[in-house]
Amino acid sequence: MRSAESEVTGGVETVEGFRSRARCWLADCMPRLETGAVGPERSDERYAEERLLQRRVFDGGFAGICWPTEYGGLGLDGAYQRAFDEESLPYDMPLSFNIPTFGILAATLIDFGTPEQKARHLPAILRGDELWVQFLSEPTGGSDLAGCITRADRDGDVFMVSGSKIWSSAASVSDYAMCLVRTNWDVPKHRGLTMLLMKIHQPGIQIDRIRQIDGSMEFCQEFFDDVAVPAADVIGDVDDGWSVATRLLLHERVAVGGGSPYTSGRSMTGSTSGVDRSLLRLAQSVGRSDDPRVRQLVAANHVEHRVQGHLVDRVTAGVSAGRMPPAAGSLTKLFHAVSIISRARASLEIGGIDTAVWAVDSEGPGRRLGEASLQRQAMSLGGGSNEIQRNIISERVLGMPREWAGDREVAYRDVKRNTMPTGPGRPGDQQPNPRDRNQGDDLS
Amino acid sequence: MVEVELSEDQDLFRATTRKFLEAECPLTTVRALADDTVGFDAGFWRKGAELGWTTLLVSEADGGGSLSGNGLRDLALVAEEMGRLVSPGPLVPTNVVAWAVSRGGSAELKARVLPGLVAGTTVAAWAPSAAGAAFETVAGGCRAERSGDDFVLSGVKGPVEAGAQADHLLVAAATDAGPTQFLVDGNSPGVTVVPMGSIDLVRRVAEVHLDQVRVPANQVVGAEGGAAADLERQWQIALVLQCAETCGATQQVLDMTLEYVADRFSFGRPLASYQALKHRFADMTMWLEASHGTTTAALRAVQDDAADASELASGAKAYVAANAPEIIQDCVQMHGGIGVTWEHDIHLYLRRVTLNRAMYGTPADHLERIAVLLGMDAA
Repeated sequence: MRSAESEVTGGVETVEGFRSRARCWLADCMPRLETGAVGPERSDERYAEERLLQRRVFDGGFAGICWPTEYGGLGLDGAYQRAFDEESLPYDMPLSFNIPTFGILAATLIDFGTPEQKARHLPAILRGDELWVQFLSEPTGGSDLAGCITRADRDGDVFMVSGSKIWSSAASVSDYAMCLVRTNWDVPKHRGLTMLLMKIHQPGIQIDRIRQIDGSMEFCQEFFDDVAVPAADVIGDVDDGWSVATRLLLHERVAVGGGSPYTSGRSMTGSTSGVDRSLLRLAQSVGRSDDPRVRQLVAANHVEHRVQGHLVDRVTAGVSAGRMPPAAGSLTKLFHAVSIISRARASLEIGGIDTAVWAVDSEGPGRRLGEASLQRQAMSLGGGSNEIQRNIISERVLGMPREWAGDREVAYRDVKRNTMPTGPGRPGDQQPNPRDRNQGDDLS
Repeated sequence: MVEVELSEDQDLFRATTRKFLEAECPLTTVRALADDTVGFDAGFWRKGAELGWTTLLVSEADGGGSLSGNGLRDLALVAEEMGRLVSPGPLVPTNVVAWAVSRGGSAELKARVLPGLVAGTTVAAWAPSAAGAAFETVAGGCRAERSGDDFVLSGVKGPVEAGAQADHLLVAAATDAGPTQFLVDGNSPGVTVVPMGSIDLVRRVAEVHLDQVRVPANQVVGAEGGAAADLERQWQIALVLQCAETCGATQQVLDMTLEYVADRFSFGRPLASYQALKHRFADMTMWLEASHGTTTAALRAVQDDAADASELASGAKAYVAANAPEIIQDCVQMHGGIGVTWEHDIHLYLRRVTLNRAMYGTPADHLERIAVLLGMDAA
């Protein structure tokens, strides 16, 4: 399976040897991207294609470079992964596996899964057989994650799950989810949660797609109606799901920031993200490359993009050396979100009228960036809003006093909260659950 | 801290520098130097040189060297510590000139100039730009003509850091062969140094007027007409050291402001408990950590003479210089009325980063350079 020729020092292949072997393999086995292309847009068909691409990477012996060997990985350090990332830039890679499957959910499973869970899923993930999603946010509020009210009631060897989750990317084409549920209403909110490993396509789960501002249909909402989850599929301990969720969020911030050891190929944000030339091309296409204001905007956004990579490198090194708390991952997440805003603003400024009005059927950068600007706040909301990140940075990185909260040391059933809204296509069947005597009374 | 991880030697070097600066040049001393025309104490500079502040960019053969082999990165530690205490002393110009002479000076020139610079008994200034042009990669504002064995230099350069204090001036001038650097003795006939005012309390800046100044040919530094590459490298060195200093100054202000809002109460609660302020601290921390990160990346690129060193040095300058004064101004705001008084030390820092923002090019100057590097034809 693995190429026999490689530079080996004392039985261990050198990074450069690994790099050159990867270079040859990529050239032989992976499709090249057109010059300057960033890769195909995500669609259902694309996800299916990426499963096959991931299988190719696995069969070539380049999957899970930093993953533990007992679960199908190569057990190498980050230098090997970086070498592979750099070599893979010109190729069409299965990048949608990176987030959330590799960088967030597999990472969390590695930390918290039982040996049986890991053996069952990690190799399958690396083979491209399983895409995972996170079922965390609920329609009643995304920022207060620990306030989740999707419930799981123990019934012998299974938990019966009822409720709803939202903002899961591509759940409809994925296989498994980590689902945060409330298993105990008599304790304060963080202590009554459990993380479940949930098969997505099974009776009792309805998945609706959400159409986003930019027309994309990737986000989903799920409705659970007495979904049976085996007790053996609890990740971590019952009622200790918050520990798992906290680690998951940490992996998320690191991965979104571009610092995960478990992802592979070009990152959206790290030093291997390459140079984004979209504003430069926009300036050229509207003939404003010699406008001093446009030049400043293009250069400033280019600098910000490079600085983001430098910040990711810094935080990754700082956290792994123990010189920064893990919560420092929020710095990169916030930076990424804020720089998307500044880029969107710059694109409207540079493109002018071309970002708002175009010839019918135009595929030009003006239209693309104009439409993308409508969606600019998405990264400032998803994965913990900017406001949440600022709370985390000020409280857990800088040690400033925590915000007042009305739900500390109070049994969760006595906490004021929103009601689960009625789901699309499910009129009237989300009545307050009689098993929870307080749910739904806080608006009365 | 600009670099996340330091070697043991670097850690020790940094600690020694910090201890020395805290003992020899606390902020009260900086304030006391505000009306001093020189702006630094000669004994202080000599002792700093003994700690290694002036040897790091000089080759071992010329009496310099660094423990780590990464002299620029070690020197950036000094710059950062000097930022932390807004220290006086011509760190950037002396080191830039020492580097240039060690690299391109004749044996005779090195023997005459480097021992003094390394020992800290003399200091040097660097005059790359035409008066009024803070950032210029061509040798503007001065012409040099051949005259027998000498060159004759005429022009006006500025702003030149430590111009009036310098024993030696490294002047970039245009010759028929191209840009050329000359090491001019500060007291040569025809050299008039006109001190300028500066927003910083202790950093002295001057305009240097050269009127038919005769400079012997053996004081050409580098090849006649071939200074472009050295000048580029000198800009990079100056920029990354300046960024390190700015980062050090800004970190100090952010740290002291964080302490202040934790201790200060209003409406019966600490200022630090207000979310409106916490979120601003989060943003300031993000900008400053990003500044540290990009300064580290630029430092390494310049140290290693990487292909993208120019872009990273200008990028770091543009980013750090745009953000640091804003962070400190917001820290002034966090302090309330005391923040806008002479009595409070914060203005010492604000002055330093405001000078650094503009000196060696403004953010806009460096963004324009990046636009060119990105392939946007010069405007």
